[in-house]
Amino acid sequence: MATAQTRTLSRVMMAPAVIVLLIWMIVPLVMTLWFSFQNYSLINPMMTGFAGWGNYLYVIGDPSFTQSLVNTLILVCGVLVITIVGGTLLALLLDQPIWGQGILRIIVISPFFVMPPVAALIWKNGFMHPGYGMLGHLWKAFGLQPVDWFNQYPLFSVIVIVAWQWLPFATLILLTALQSLSEEQREAAEMDGANAINRFYYIIMPHMARSITIVILIQTIFLLGIFAEIRVTTGGGPGYASTNIAFLVFRTGILSNDIGAGSAGGVVAVIIANVVAIFLMRAVGKNLDA
Amino acid sequence: MGSISLQHVKKSFGEVQIIPDISLDIKDGEFVVFVGPSGCGKSTLLRLIAGLEDTTSGQILLDGEDMTKAPPARRGLAMVFQSYALYPHMSVRDNIAFPLKMAKAPKALIDQKVEYAARTLNLSSYLDRRPRALSGGQRQRVAIGRAIVREPKAFLFDEPLSNLDAALRVNMRLEITELHQQLKTTMIYVTHDQVEAMTMADRIVVLNAGNVEQFGSPLDLYKKPANRFVAGFIGSPKMNFIDGPEAAKHNAHSIGVRPEHFKLATTATSGTWKGKVGVAEQLGSDTFLHVHVEGLGLMTIRTDGDQTFNHGDDVYLTPDPTRIYRFDASGVAI
Repeated sequence: MATAQTRTLSRVMMAPAVIVLLIWMIVPLVMTLWFSFQNYSLINPMMTGFAGWGNYLYVIGDPSFTQSLVNTLILVCGVLVITIVGGTLLALLLDQPIWGQGILRIIVISPFFVMPPVAALIWKNGFMHPGYGMLGHLWKAFGLQPVDWFNQYPLFSVIVIVAWQWLPFATLILLTALQSLSEEQREAAEMDGANAINRFYYIIMPHMARSITIVILIQTIFLLGIFAEIRVTTGGGPGYASTNIAFLVFRTGILSNDIGAGSAGGVVAVIIANVVAIFLMRAVGKNLDA
Repeated sequence: MGSISLQHVKKSFGEVQIIPDISLDIKDGEFVVFVGPSGCGKSTLLRLIAGLEDTTSGQILLDGEDMTKAPPARRGLAMVFQSYALYPHMSVRDNIAFPLKMAKAPKALIDQKVEYAARTLNLSSYLDRRPRALSGGQRQRVAIGRAIVREPKAFLFDEPLSNLDAALRVNMRLEITELHQQLKTTMIYVTHDQVEAMTMADRIVVLNAGNVEQFGSPLDLYKKPANRFVAGFIGSPKMNFIDGPEAAKHNAHSIGVRPEHFKLATTATSGTWKGKVGVAEQLGSDTFLHVHVEGLGLMTIRTDGDQTFNHGDDVYLTPDPTRIYRFDASGVAI
């Protein structure tokens, strides 16, 4: 198979794809790095030239940066907790033999197919709007003052929307894990006198550990860059209450027209994502070893 | 104590009837083997006793107590599964200790019992390994260890040796039989292998299509098969069956002769049936000859390994007249 000739040939054949991919990745990264060291503002064309670490100091030194960082962590952790706990419970339910199982599973998975801005709009206008949202009506039905979700609990509202979108993903992965548990193991545990709770704790949970790890890893990657839901609902506000790092980059670069500082924020976001990834792999990656 | 009694036990899955009606009495301390071809309902019967399946009707009594509706854990039985069903994320020690831990036994007692089980089964040096790091035979022993620590009323084995290679199977067969001598606990063992059944059992239940064909000691089944099915199933190689005029000479619808109950000669004078040797399987100790007998078809003959036969040799067969089994039209022994 792998003679010298086939190796050379395969490299030549792969080269165009690899080169295109590299350019696609390297060029924007280098441009971002370049801009992050430049004075480059769209509203002040006179401000040009090398900025040194100025843009970085400006972004990191701003109090909004710390708040965005904390918001990012709360957003990621909050969604992870809701999706994994909820996903496990839903998977356990969906694993029971019930009538119309196939249809039910498709319905449960469907939120994952809704595009983020659409999902956010549905929640914003359909559920969480104090005037005509479903939740507002529900509150009124009980004689309560409707909650203005996006003003009173902006970050929590965003977490709810994002968790709703990612719950099906977690459920799906955990359900397949649950179904791959051998029937004989469950029966053996039953014979050994383990009740349902013990079976879940000692047999099912350890079996699902690897899948939970995968869910955590994949979701974290996507949740660090949540943008559309914030853009559509709260716009990062009130103040900076629901601004995460990704949205801060957008606010600095696009809304404030400061390309230099925005690029610096982008580079910082890339570094944070990598730090989180390394930390995660250390913490939960051992579950992935066969 | 561990007597098990089945009274008119029936089991169907929806429309499909797996077990039409079975009644059995298994005495305390007995080693009973359920044997039969695949799909005969032997595993289902075991799972009914274990409580892993609901009984459609009838009663299951353990030590005289009605346990038909009791959950598996309450029945006080231990089961060894075909796939061993060890818990992969637990060490061997935790696997064996699991039933005791579920029963909330004190830690000192658990340690003591695990040590004892490990010594009995030669597992002491593997206690801290994961099941993944064990060989098939060792995994099997862990599964048995997990069963014995509970000191159950009876052990249920569901084809436990079918995943092992031939040599190991013979070994484990001996070990399980020895374990039974030591513990003197009731054991029910399911297998499709009649050799396992013959060598291990005190009594054998031969099952076919959900019915008990015969229930008796191994030699009873060999010497006095109740019907043609049992006669064909017990014994290796299989019994030769002859229908038609030759059987009519013995006043039977069909007759059966075991391969080992023939006299074999190479000269025409002594032979009743003349045949040509097809394949000769030489095992060293024995030789199995597949002989094409004129007018009667293919027959298997067992002979000692000293004589050599070639394809196409003429041989003359004389069945031992005292060991011809006779069956009527419905297959019942006469």
